[in-house]
Amino acid sequence: MLLQQFINFLQLGSIYALAAISFSMVYGIAGLVNFAHGSVFTIAMYLLFYASTLLFKITSATWGVFVLSLMIASLGTSIVAILMERIAYKPLRNAPPISVVVSSVGVGMLLEYLALNLAGSKAKRMPNLIPDITIDIAGTTIPLFKIMIIVIAFIAMIILSLLVRKTQLGVAMRAVSQDKTAAAFMGIDSNRVITYSFIFGAVLATIAAGLYGSAYSIFAYNVGDTINWWSFIAAVLGGIGSIEGAVLGGFILGGINVIAPMVLPVSSYKDIVAFGVLIFVLLIKPTGLLGKNAAEKV
Amino acid sequence: MITKRKNHLLGDVIPVIIIAAILIVLKEFKLISTSRLLILQYIGLYSIFVLGINMVNGYLGIFSLAHAGFMASGAYAAAISSKYFFKESWMFPLILLFGGLIAMLIGLIMSIPSFKAKGDYLAIITLGFSLIVQSFLQNWRFVGASKGINNVAKFTNIYWVYGCLLFAIIIVRKFINSKYGRSLKAIREDQVASELVSVDVKRAKTIAFAVSAFLIGISGALLVHLLGYTSPSAYGYTNIVDGLVMVYLGGMGSITGSIVGATLWQILIQTLKNLGTWRWVVGGGLLCVIMIFLTNGIFGNKELSDAIHAIRKYFSRSKTNKTISEETTK
Repeated sequence: MLLQQFINFLQLGSIYALAAISFSMVYGIAGLVNFAHGSVFTIAMYLLFYASTLLFKITSATWGVFVLSLMIASLGTSIVAILMERIAYKPLRNAPPISVVVSSVGVGMLLEYLALNLAGSKAKRMPNLIPDITIDIAGTTIPLFKIMIIVIAFIAMIILSLLVRKTQLGVAMRAVSQDKTAAAFMGIDSNRVITYSFIFGAVLATIAAGLYGSAYSIFAYNVGDTINWWSFIAAVLGGIGSIEGAVLGGFILGGINVIAPMVLPVSSYKDIVAFGVLIFVLLIKPTGLLGKNAAEKV
Repeated sequence: MITKRKNHLLGDVIPVIIIAAILIVLKEFKLISTSRLLILQYIGLYSIFVLGINMVNGYLGIFSLAHAGFMASGAYAAAISSKYFFKESWMFPLILLFGGLIAMLIGLIMSIPSFKAKGDYLAIITLGFSLIVQSFLQNWRFVGASKGINNVAKFTNIYWVYGCLLFAIIIVRKFINSKYGRSLKAIREDQVASELVSVDVKRAKTIAFAVSAFLIGISGALLVHLLGYTSPSAYGYTNIVDGLVMVYLGGMGSITGSIVGATLWQILIQTLKNLGTWRWVVGGGLLCVIMIFLTNGIFGNKELSDAIHAIRKYFSRSKTNKTISEETTK
C-alpha cells in the first residue's frame, strides 16, 4: 500500500517535473510566460493519439509504436512551436513583456479551440502505449507502465541536463538566459537560441504528453489547461529558469496531489493545499526555492 | 510620464450622459431587441470590471490575476445578501454595496503579498488566490457547492448598469488625479525611485487593490442579478483570460481604453456566437494580431479627452502657422 502510493507519487511527480521543465525552457531563456504552452501539450496528445491509432492498424509492436508516434508528434509540435514563435512572439521581442503574454494567451486560445473543432469535443481514449504487464515487488503488484514512466522521465531529464551543461548550444542557452545583450557581444545569435529553446520545450512537452497519456488514458481538448497551470506553478515554486528547481517543484506538486487526498476529507481540497504551500513559500522566499535572489539595481 | 492631467470631468461625463439618453430612448420606445439590450448590459458591467482590473494591472503596473477571485467574492456576497437579507428591489443599492465591500475586504488582504513579491511570482500568488476562491466555493455546501446559487432575483436593468458605470468612471477619474493616483503611476515607472521621493508604497498599493476589488465586486454583483444564477465554474480560467484580454486590448492605464476594450471584446464574442466554438479560434487569432500591430492596446495610456485636447491644439497651431507664413510671404 505504502509502496504503491510511493510509486504513484514518483509517477505523477516525474510527469509534472517533465512538463515543468518544458515550460521552464522557454520561460527561462526567452523570459516569456508562455500561456500557449498548454495548447502545445494538447496538440501533442492529439498527434500521439492519431499516430498511435494509425500505427496500431499496421503493426502490434507496442514499443515500436510508442517510439515512432513520439517522433511523429515531436516533429508536429516542433513545427507548431516554431511557427508560433515566428508569427506571434518574434515581432514583439522589444515590446513590453505584458503584450507578449497577452499574445500568447491569444495563441493558446486559437490552438486549443482549433483542436476542439478539428477533433471534436468528445473525450478520447489513448491506446496503451506501454505493454500492459504487472510485476511483483515485495508482495505488491505494480503495473509496468508506472515504472516505465518514471524511468523514461528520468532518462529525458538526464539527457536534457547533459545537453544544457556540456554542449555548445547549452552554453549559449545559459548565456542568453542570463543576459541577452552580453550574449550578443560574445557572438551568440539569441534569435536562433530562442528558437531552439522553443523546439526543446515542444519535444519535452510531447514526451510528457506521452507519459501522461499512458498514465491516464482518457483526455479531452482542455487537457492542456490544467497541465499549463501546474507546470507554471511548479516552475515558479522551484525558481524561474532553473531546471533543478522545475524538477523539485514538479515533485512537490506530485507529492501534494498524492498525499492530500489521503489526509483530507474532501479530495478536491488538494488544489487549496497546493496553492497554500505555493503562496507560503513565495511569501518567505519571493524568488522560489532554488531561484537566485537578484540584487536590486538602482 | 507622470503629469497631472487637467480635470476634464465634465468632458468625460457628457459622452456618458449622451449614451444614457440614447439608451433610455432605445429601451423605453422598444427600438432594440431584448438580446441586443442584453449585450449592452454586458458591455456596461464588463466595463466596470475592466476599470477595476485597470487600477492594479494598468495604473499600478502589477501583473495580477486576482480579478476572478474578486468577482466571485462580490457576486457570491451579493447573491447571498439578496437571498437572505435584502429581498426588496429598492434595496438593490445595498446589495451592490455589500458585494463591493466584501470584495474590497478581500482586496485589502490580497494587497499584502504585493509588498514583497514581484513580477511573475506575484502573478502566481494572485492566480493561486483566484483558484483557491473557486475551489473553496466548489466545496462549500451553503452556497450550493459546484451547482452554485440559483433563483437570484433579477434586479439588474440597463439603468443600474450604466448608473454604476458612471459612478465607477467618476471614482477612477477622481482617484487617478489625486495624490495617491499619481503615486501609483510613480510606482509603476520606478518603485525604488518613488520610495526615494517619499511615496508611501505600501499605502498606495493597499488603496489600489481595495478600489480595484470594490469595482470588480460591484460588477460581479450586477452580473449575478442580471443572469439570476451563479456557479463557481464561471470564475476560473476563462474569466481570468477574459479580463486580461479586455484590459490589454483597450490599453493599460486608460479609462477610455477600458471601456473600448470591454465594448469591442463583448461585441466580438456576442456577434461571433453563431460561429459556435470557432469564435474562440477567431477571437484568439484577432487578439494576437491586435497585440502585434497595436502593442500597447488600442488607446495605450491615452484618454479620449487627451485626443480632443490634441485636436484642439493641432487646429490652433495650424492657424498660427498660417498667419506666420502669411506674414513672411508679405
